[in-house]
Amino acid sequence: MAVADLAAPDQVAEPVERGRPPRQARRRRWAFLGVVPFFAYISIFLLIPTGELIVDAFKTANGRFTFANVEAIVHAPYVPAFEFSLEVSAICALMGGLLGFLVANAVLHDGMPRFLRGTFSSFSGMAANFAGVPLAFAYVATLGAEGIVTRLLAHLGFNLSYNFDGLIGLSLVYLYFQLPLMILLVIPSIDGLRREWREAAANLGAGSFRFWWHVGFPIVAPSVFGMMVLLFGNAFSAYATAETLGVTNLVTVWIAQLVNGNITVDPQVAYALAFGMIVIIVVTVTIYTLIQRRASRWLR
Amino acid sequence: MTAARTPNPHRFRRALSRVHVWHWLWIVVAGLVFLVPIYSVIQFSLSGTVKGQPILHWYYTVFDDPNFLSSFWLSLQISLETVAISLVLLVPTVFWIHLRLPRLRPVMEVISVLPFVVPPIALIVGLSVFLRQFPWLIVRPEVLSLIYVVFALPFVYRSLDAGLQAIDLKTLTEAASSLGASTFRTLLTVILPNLRAAIIGGSLLTVAIAMGEFTISSLLGFNTFSVYIYNIGTSTAYEGVALSFISFIITWGAMLSLFLLGRGGRSSAQVAIAK
Repeated sequence: MAVADLAAPDQVAEPVERGRPPRQARRRRWAFLGVVPFFAYISIFLLIPTGELIVDAFKTANGRFTFANVEAIVHAPYVPAFEFSLEVSAICALMGGLLGFLVANAVLHDGMPRFLRGTFSSFSGMAANFAGVPLAFAYVATLGAEGIVTRLLAHLGFNLSYNFDGLIGLSLVYLYFQLPLMILLVIPSIDGLRREWREAAANLGAGSFRFWWHVGFPIVAPSVFGMMVLLFGNAFSAYATAETLGVTNLVTVWIAQLVNGNITVDPQVAYALAFGMIVIIVVTVTIYTLIQRRASRWLR
Repeated sequence: MTAARTPNPHRFRRALSRVHVWHWLWIVVAGLVFLVPIYSVIQFSLSGTVKGQPILHWYYTVFDDPNFLSSFWLSLQISLETVAISLVLLVPTVFWIHLRLPRLRPVMEVISVLPFVVPPIALIVGLSVFLRQFPWLIVRPEVLSLIYVVFALPFVYRSLDAGLQAIDLKTLTEAASSLGASTFRTLLTVILPNLRAAIIGGSLLTVAIAMGEFTISSLLGFNTFSVYIYNIGTSTAYEGVALSFISFIITWGAMLSLFLLGRGGRSSAQVAIAK
């Protein structure tokens, strides 16, 4: 435990120092050593690989500089894959964000049964983690050709041919982890809407709509949008669920195929695609940070 | 209800119940989204059998497969290693930052969001270039634990951060050191017991993540639990769905214990990323 070894020599409460600022300064200067192991770890397993990827996106197989990889991905089939990834992420972030907000607001509303809060937050914690391969099979069992809902509808004379490849089809699958994630994320923000504000608005004669229009929405909106941006990034990175459902037109699935070599092995293009994803994610995180900064103004 | 306090209780109550209809509608919609797939999984995994076969046929088939247990143990082992590495790395770091380097907290905030947004598939493409220099490591399952630590970071960090925020760190460390304890001893005997809930919370989420991870283990060619479910399910859907239900129960168990643990105080871990 390197951190502890470094920490041991200097005690927290030192003898009173009279006219000896150097020791204080020295202590502060060496304090950063305590976080070196962590930053080294994160550099090796997160920052350097990401950097490596960005460099490799501009290299040929022989290591020479080139724009060819990035040029290759601005054509079919990669552009449609990016479009589809972005559209699915946007749609399910919007759906999950809106519905999650409405559900969280309903659960926390005055006059609703108390048990709802505990039930929904524990269930959301579970459902948000129920993603990937098992989730895909769960949807096959629900809406697939032999799925329970499909069979039930067929029984009622309605022929459902659910398309997991489709925009809405895949977004609805992603909704299963997006919705609970939104509920978990947004509950603290709605809690932050102080009761006094609601009561003050009611005292001044504002109904539910007027309260939301003038008070609630302006306060909650930045954090809700921020969370939707997070949901967007979450869906954009998703791979396991789509791969299991046999969706082919996604950036993540393309990358996996290019490095895995089921169809062709072209790691250079995979680097460029991954680089493209990183660019989009960086934009997403920037937007998230900007919105979050605004959101934290009221919700303390 | 506050109805008694308003001048016109009838109008107020009517408005209230109209609002409630909408609230209930959203709750029912969310309930359907959550429960219909779970119901379908159970129903589906019990169907598709021929006459004379037991109702749990697909579960028996799955349990009889020796690869089921081996992949399960592999994932469990990786999960526990991930938890161990995460805690050894993060508990001292977060403690140290709270104690001595509070200025680093905003930096940590940003870093702890990164793994949540960096696509695992992009990360593994970059990592595999880097790991190629260590051929002995890339064939060992421990490499997965090392990588999963990064994915667990947002949850473990935020849970520990919230835990440390909740205790009076300054008073505790000063009291401990005035009694002659070293910083290491303070961390071990004073801070750790106070962080128990945060540590358990972060660990359970880590187990849930590591047990279900697919992208990296499949691309590095390890037969983890998720990869096993994928391989089985793409050949026999019924077995895949039965396995999904088992994996669902595991996630459910981890989250339920998390919920029960968090019931005493504010469950910081469950809404770890919300803060």
